[in-house]
Amino acid sequence: MRVEQIAVFLENKSGRLAEITSILADNDINIRALSVADTADFGILRLIVDNVEKAKTILRDGGFTVGKTDVLAVEVVDKTGGLATVLKSLHRACINVEYMYAFVNKTGENAVLIFRFEKMDEAIEVLQKDGFTLISGAQICAL
Amino acid sequence: MTVTYWEEEIETLPRVGLESIQLRRLQHLVKRVYRTVKPYRSKMDAAGVKPEDIKSLADLKKLPFTTKNDLRDNYPFGLFTVPMEEVVRVHASSGTTGKPTVVGYTRKDIELWAGIMARALCCAGATKEDMVQNAYGYGLFTGGLGAHYGIERLGATVIPVSGGNSKRQINLMKDFGSTVLLSTPSYALNLAEAMDSMDIDPSSLSLRVGVFGAEPWSENMREEVEKKLNLKAVDIYGLSEVMGPGVAMECLETDKGMHIFEDHFLPEIIDPDTGEVLPPGEKGELVFTTLTKEAFPIIRYRTKDISRLIHEPCECGRTLVRMEKVTGRTDDMLIIRGVNVFPSQVEHVLMGIKGVEPHYQIVVERDGNLDSMSVQVEVSEGLFSDEIRVLENLTKKIQAEIKSLLGVTCRVKLVEPKTIQRSEGKAQRVIDNRKI
Repeated sequence: MRVEQIAVFLENKSGRLAEITSILADNDINIRALSVADTADFGILRLIVDNVEKAKTILRDGGFTVGKTDVLAVEVVDKTGGLATVLKSLHRACINVEYMYAFVNKTGENAVLIFRFEKMDEAIEVLQKDGFTLISGAQICAL
Repeated sequence: MTVTYWEEEIETLPRVGLESIQLRRLQHLVKRVYRTVKPYRSKMDAAGVKPEDIKSLADLKKLPFTTKNDLRDNYPFGLFTVPMEEVVRVHASSGTTGKPTVVGYTRKDIELWAGIMARALCCAGATKEDMVQNAYGYGLFTGGLGAHYGIERLGATVIPVSGGNSKRQINLMKDFGSTVLLSTPSYALNLAEAMDSMDIDPSSLSLRVGVFGAEPWSENMREEVEKKLNLKAVDIYGLSEVMGPGVAMECLETDKGMHIFEDHFLPEIIDPDTGEVLPPGEKGELVFTTLTKEAFPIIRYRTKDISRLIHEPCECGRTLVRMEKVTGRTDDMLIIRGVNVFPSQVEHVLMGIKGVEPHYQIVVERDGNLDSMSVQVEVSEGLFSDEIRVLENLTKKIQAEIKSLLGVTCRVKLVEPKTIQRSEGKAQRVIDNRKI
């Protein structure tokens, strides 16, 4: 149920994001979701793509520092309170969110929440027990 | 203007007399060191020179050099000539890697140093009437304590405030009526700026003379600090391996060079590549032999400082040779806010952190009047994390370790791989953007 995410180190310099997205585009890699976290000096680009291994290789060949981590993708109905119920359930189980981001799928009915936890296995257990839908990387790409 | 001397006879002694004192002291030193310190004995034996071979001052050049590496190899006390029970104090400065350079002093050495430092202060026009604010750092660094004992010996009043905390410095200056300031020149400029922001007019203070040293500074900086602090700025030279502050001192009468207290420290100028002694007046690497120290004498110590000796007589009447302001280094040592920093020390810290690759660069800037150092480190996959917190902890860790080893606060900047320029030969580790 885990989803593979790639992370890329970015110095805060103009054009770096454009460069990464062009490399991916030139290699027919589709970005399904992304988020950028930044500080005054650097940023971390996190991506969910349709071909993780290929993306990792070509970015590395392009001179970037690339890492791969597991995240969870939770599908919720796109209505008020959708995110809040997930977070409440995690909070009850004392599971801390390292970071998260979200996107709405094409039909507009559902939203997909991407989570990074320190305690991944416990998070999976809690979310499944509380009846949330975890989706796989393949499912995200098929959306 | 009448010149005041601390020890008039020796300071104005004709050269012939001075040189005979130097020779006698040198011969005695070489004998003692050869007898008591194995590393010196081994080096002299390897060079085929015996203490009896030193028949004139010109024979000094037969003796092997001593370098910072010799100090490191014999860390911490291997070059001391006396048993530790006779050593009453140690000081330390930056070594080229993890280990500092350690020096020691007997009770007599401390007294000797106080006298030399008093002589230096006297040379700068200070008297027992003065209120001396000592803003050199107290601690392992020789600056603070070295100057402190000299001020007391002079009979002036010492304010042992140490470095930093500019607001308190200025309040003390105002309330106590400090007449002499001892600090690094860049800190003096920093104080001037702080005065400005506190709306204090330097001419309302009693400052008369500033004795500035421990880092290189230019004539332009002298003009600036004199104007901004409303005092006369003089240059002082010293290094812990030779003694500490007070090896050489500028007199009030001229701003062309510092008098080397040659009855204690014998200077030479050598070609840093060949090691040959250069003809009088030529520029090269400054080398010192101590003539009177007990615990830690040093023979032909290569300072790596570039200077020139001025043999022309000085208006002040002192017959002691002068050394020009240090104009550079023969190695890659940096002086950041008065602290000696070797790029190899930074490398030592970085290599001790798991995942750090040997690609780094040190960038030094002068922001306003203070030096700032930043260390750029390439982020390898071993270091990288998708979490900001992990990378921020990494930069904090590097910063803390550099601070702990070097005593300098630096900024750590993570950069993308391959962004630090690779060179064919020796990597360019340092970019120094300061204009001194």
